[in-house]
Amino acid sequence: MDHHGHPRRLATLTYVTEVVRRSLTGWGRTAPTVAGVAEATSVDDVVDAVRSAPERGVIGRGLGRSYGDAAQNAGGVVMELAGLDSVHRIDPDAATVDVAAGVSLDALIRRLLPFGLWIPVLPGTRQVTVGGAIAADVHGKNHHVDGSFGAHVRRLDLVTADGSVRICTPDGPEADLFWATVGGMGLTGVVVRAELRLQRVESAYFAVDTERAGDLDDLMARLDRDDAGYPYSVAWFDSVTTGSRLGRAVITRGRSARADELPAKQRRDPLRFDAGAIATVPPGVPGGLLNRASARAFNEVWFRKAPEHRQGEIQDITTFFHPLDVVSAWNRAYGPHGFCQYQFVVPYGAEEALRTAVRRIARSGHVSCLNVLKRFGPGNDAPLSFPTAGWTLAVDIPARPGLDRLFDHLDELVLDAGGRVYLAKDSRLSAAAFARMYPRLAEFCAVRRAVDPDGVFRSDLARRLDL
Amino acid sequence: MVIDALGMPQSLMLFGGTSDIAVAVAREYASRRPLRVVIAARPSSLRDGTAAALEAAGCTVEALDFEATRPETHQALVEQAAAGGDIDVSIVAQGLLGDPEQAWTDSAAAIQLAQVNYVSAVSCGVALGAQVRRQGHGVIVAMSSVAGERARRSNFVYGSTKAGLDAFYSGLGMALREYGGRVLVVRPGFVRSKMTEGLPTPPMSTTPEAVADAIVEGIASGSEQIWVPKSMHAVMSGVRHLPKPIFRRLPF
Repeated sequence: MDHHGHPRRLATLTYVTEVVRRSLTGWGRTAPTVAGVAEATSVDDVVDAVRSAPERGVIGRGLGRSYGDAAQNAGGVVMELAGLDSVHRIDPDAATVDVAAGVSLDALIRRLLPFGLWIPVLPGTRQVTVGGAIAADVHGKNHHVDGSFGAHVRRLDLVTADGSVRICTPDGPEADLFWATVGGMGLTGVVVRAELRLQRVESAYFAVDTERAGDLDDLMARLDRDDAGYPYSVAWFDSVTTGSRLGRAVITRGRSARADELPAKQRRDPLRFDAGAIATVPPGVPGGLLNRASARAFNEVWFRKAPEHRQGEIQDITTFFHPLDVVSAWNRAYGPHGFCQYQFVVPYGAEEALRTAVRRIARSGHVSCLNVLKRFGPGNDAPLSFPTAGWTLAVDIPARPGLDRLFDHLDELVLDAGGRVYLAKDSRLSAAAFARMYPRLAEFCAVRRAVDPDGVFRSDLARRLDL
Repeated sequence: MVIDALGMPQSLMLFGGTSDIAVAVAREYASRRPLRVVIAARPSSLRDGTAAALEAAGCTVEALDFEATRPETHQALVEQAAAGGDIDVSIVAQGLLGDPEQAWTDSAAAIQLAQVNYVSAVSCGVALGAQVRRQGHGVIVAMSSVAGERARRSNFVYGSTKAGLDAFYSGLGMALREYGGRVLVVRPGFVRSKMTEGLPTPPMSTTPEAVADAIVEGIASGSEQIWVPKSMHAVMSGVRHLPKPIFRRLPF
């Protein structure tokens, strides 16, 4: 019998679920590799796959939103987990939910809102699974107030290398394994179930203040001054314009709207949420659509279209959190060679490194349209968790010759400032730079060695970073 | 080990590992990232010197004995190299130029060219193909030549071996696609290197470093075939279609 009381299938040497050879990439569509892909629809499927893992190991994959090679395993097995999508129990009184790890945040929001419950941490897309959100320890616009995803996980069930299911809590007997799994990029095991602490909301809308900043210093000053007054805060900055307007930006900050703040129409059904994708980018978009000229135009328009100052605007979830979710497969817009996202954090006090980074990006000739700057709050106990107190910056750049040199320069800058790069976005960091960016790496490796001595859980990212 | 999003590998295996072009590729990569290099070549002072130079450039070097004329040993050689980790990029660069007049008049000389330039390239390709299928990724670079695109009077035996190699690796690239592998066929013009020392330099000649740069760029951008210099592509497109009576009279 397994832990849910179901009779267990005999462990076999062949897969119960079908394994199909497939080429996989991350969301950035770079560096494809081929693995045997198996779809799990039950915890038993996961256990079977782990027990019969081939020499090159196995890794879990949710909705494939990591930008790089985190959910790829060349020559091994990749276990797709989005089919593990039951919502086991919603507890409106305690404000918690118990879910299978393949549930997407999009689906979960829709289930929770009728109860006035809200997922405390939402990344830049709703199309990620709960398991993936834990493995990458994702953060959102409210990090400076609420921390990252792992801070809101009360319990997780982890299928480990020996095929057992371990119950891990943040401060129980498996606390070390819990925190190694948070931000552990799937390398401690497969998260199959989790219990999350939730927040209460009155509506599915947000009261948003928008303002413009004329340059980078103005931007940082504004964020420094007022961020504490908002649970949600983020800035989009112009990454193309140089000179005196370098780093000019649009700041959007807000909070969950009370029902009595909504316009009459929304007030009738304040928890209603029915966003869907309204467009898609077709496959086969040629490269070069995003060039210096089009990116300059985009950056100009994005800055100009924002109001100089507007307060208390009521926005829905998609407008405020996930404008890109409106266009499915938007990653195809970058053309056949794909793109890289570079996101780093440098501690407060290293503002000069941030200025230098923005200047280098703007002058590099490489173009980015999705440019985000935000202040992080303190980090958590997870040794590989990305967020730490400081400034975080993210840019999306099409993969072109010479980009490796720009990123290598930025790595040095970030390292010298005592910062780090976000693994969920990374696709090209070197093992040496990674080890220097994450000083608690040895702790993570010790936990992983103990729970997976033979290296059953492996990924392309792990091979690249010598993990 | 794995090739990253911007085409940087962590390991290289060089067949004919003392080749100027192969070594130049290793140097180029080593200037960006730590690199493991397996040099497959005959034991010689040249191999020792190459290994020492690459180690000085920061590479971790392993030298393996490679005898091109013994194809039955090539499978084991690849497996030995792979025991130390994935082979991200391999470069099939063994080759002889030979004396072109001897090559078409002396059977032994002709067979030697065919064995080193074509047969051994095929056996290495089969072994590397198996490794790519095991590891689910990998780029194989095959050193072809514009001499293989249309046989010329002046060096048609060499040209015929490169034509065979070119066809084999072009096909291998198609076959390995579904296994995550890629093949880059490189067609340089005249390269001023150890191989061509003492020969008169024709127009449009190039250098090992220029070929290496083109290979690095080709791997990063996912190319399947490249000409070096680039303009050679257009020239050869013309040359291929010249009527034979005219082609025969061309001065090369």
